[in-house]
Amino acid sequence: MKKCMLIALSVLLAGSALAQDFIQIKGSDTLINLVQRLSEVYMEQNPNTAIAVTGGGSGVGIAALIADRVQIANASRPMKAKEKTAARGNGVMPYEIVIGIDGLSVVVSADNGIESLSMAQVGQIFRGEVSNWKAVGGPDRSISLYGRQANSGTFVFFQEHVLGKKDYSPQMKRMNGNAQIVEGVIADRSGIGYVGIGYVYDDKGNVRDGLKVVPVSMAGGDAVSPLNAENVKSGKYPIARALYQYVNGKPKGAVKAFIQFELSPAGQKVVEGMSFYPVSGDYVEQNQKAGF
Amino acid sequence: MINQYAASVKSKRLWGRLKESFFRCFFQLNGVFAVLILIGIFSLLFIEGFPALSKLGVSRFFFSDVWNPSSFEKEAYGLLAMLVSTLMVTLGALVIAVPVGIAAAAYIADVASPRMREMVKPVIEILAGIPSVVVGFLGIIVVGPALARLFGASNGLNAVNGSLLLAVMALPTIISISEDAIMAVPQEFKSASLALGANRWQTLVRVTLPSALSGIVASVMLGMGRAIGETMTVLMATGCAPAMPGSFLDSVRTMTSTIAIELGETVQGGIHYRSLFVIAFVLFLMTFAVNLISDVILQKYQKVKR
Repeated sequence: MKKCMLIALSVLLAGSALAQDFIQIKGSDTLINLVQRLSEVYMEQNPNTAIAVTGGGSGVGIAALIADRVQIANASRPMKAKEKTAARGNGVMPYEIVIGIDGLSVVVSADNGIESLSMAQVGQIFRGEVSNWKAVGGPDRSISLYGRQANSGTFVFFQEHVLGKKDYSPQMKRMNGNAQIVEGVIADRSGIGYVGIGYVYDDKGNVRDGLKVVPVSMAGGDAVSPLNAENVKSGKYPIARALYQYVNGKPKGAVKAFIQFELSPAGQKVVEGMSFYPVSGDYVEQNQKAGF
Repeated sequence: MINQYAASVKSKRLWGRLKESFFRCFFQLNGVFAVLILIGIFSLLFIEGFPALSKLGVSRFFFSDVWNPSSFEKEAYGLLAMLVSTLMVTLGALVIAVPVGIAAAAYIADVASPRMREMVKPVIEILAGIPSVVVGFLGIIVVGPALARLFGASNGLNAVNGSLLLAVMALPTIISISEDAIMAVPQEFKSASLALGANRWQTLVRVTLPSALSGIVASVMLGMGRAIGETMTVLMATGCAPAMPGSFLDSVRTMTSTIAIELGETVQGGIHYRSLFVIAFVLFLMTFAVNLISDVILQKYQKVKR
């Protein structure tokens, strides 16, 4: 027994001697699979850095950054002004980097007849003003809403940009994450939900069986699908958004090296592999101004 | 020499008494410690939650059914919808678990052969040990679609689902304690009943179960306490829609789910954070009351037995 303990202890110490840098990342459910994949690839090439990625929602990640308990906070929405103030009040200087672009997708069940929806209609549906599919050109069924919880960046982003900052319908089911919304909508003929585009695809790169991504149109324009990379890059798709990471102060050392990897061509290829889109447009300049 | 012997016996006795008082003190402290923890939790919940109650007023919490602390439009802190949701799933769970539980306990204690008893009892202990996330997972994957087909609804994330899962979780508690209560009924009662010409079924229903009633009621209250406090299962399987539920086929959000969802993203010391402590305090009072009542009933039962 004593020998066993001695061996275990020495292995632990040896292991910790190898992993000299430790990065703790917390936050968005939209970003979690993406950043986990990025950190796995990074750790293969840099074995003396250990990175731990957990979820909880953008709100949880940002709250942890404000309390200075994590090195990097994943967020699928920008930090609010009062969050930045709270951070500075706690001695934390939030530093913003964009690591990818998401075409936030409106999804329905594959046997829902809907062809497309306008932004206004999506807003009406999720605010609860429209409660039957036949009002928007679908079958005569009650609409069943699937959304995220209040700690989610996707929830807040959708509320600001699609709902016009009004409240969601109180009948909307608050699911725990993107994956649960996808599973819920696939199983529900009358379901509609919103998820990050990375969750729409299966392992082989096809859209999930039983799921349909609805093309969305802006006032008077054509319906645009987020599945087409050009639509998101050019800004034609109305609900595309940046995926952020926040750091306390200008990144240094292991954190800086990891972020540089994320923004490198190799890292952006991983982003595309996870079915999100690489950083493009104004966000590239924003990152360059931040020193990346 | 006799004086030396007497002195050593006296010192051994003194040392023995010292050890005894030390151990008594040690056990007393441990017992008091448990009470202190309970008082500590109560005061923590009250101290953290009271500023929200005093700032927002009791009516905003208890006379409103809209809970929306992070709204852009109008912040609302009403917990009525959550309270009703918790009571709905708990009641639903008891409606299923109490008949099944008492019947199973009667079967194990009275009807089953010793071999059957040895097989069924461990299975029930295993049922008690299933983690709540696993039960919640089964609720989403298996029970949900089955309920949707059964009721012709579009999905199965509703209060019925939550009630079924909570019944599964409360069942082992109810069965174990009811079974103990039924086994504790004196053999003389059963023998007397059979001697008077009643058959086994009549004895069970009219003599044994009524005698064990206080123990059974205590087991039901403990099962109810378990159902009220369950978090992960209901979080996953009931859909978490904050609206006041209209029927059992509506999606509901219990008090436990709300705390679990929102605590991580609140700023410590803020009004949202403190409001969650108000919910926790109400929950604590509910489970405390349920446990207290079951204790009183059990004590009364033991007194009668004596």
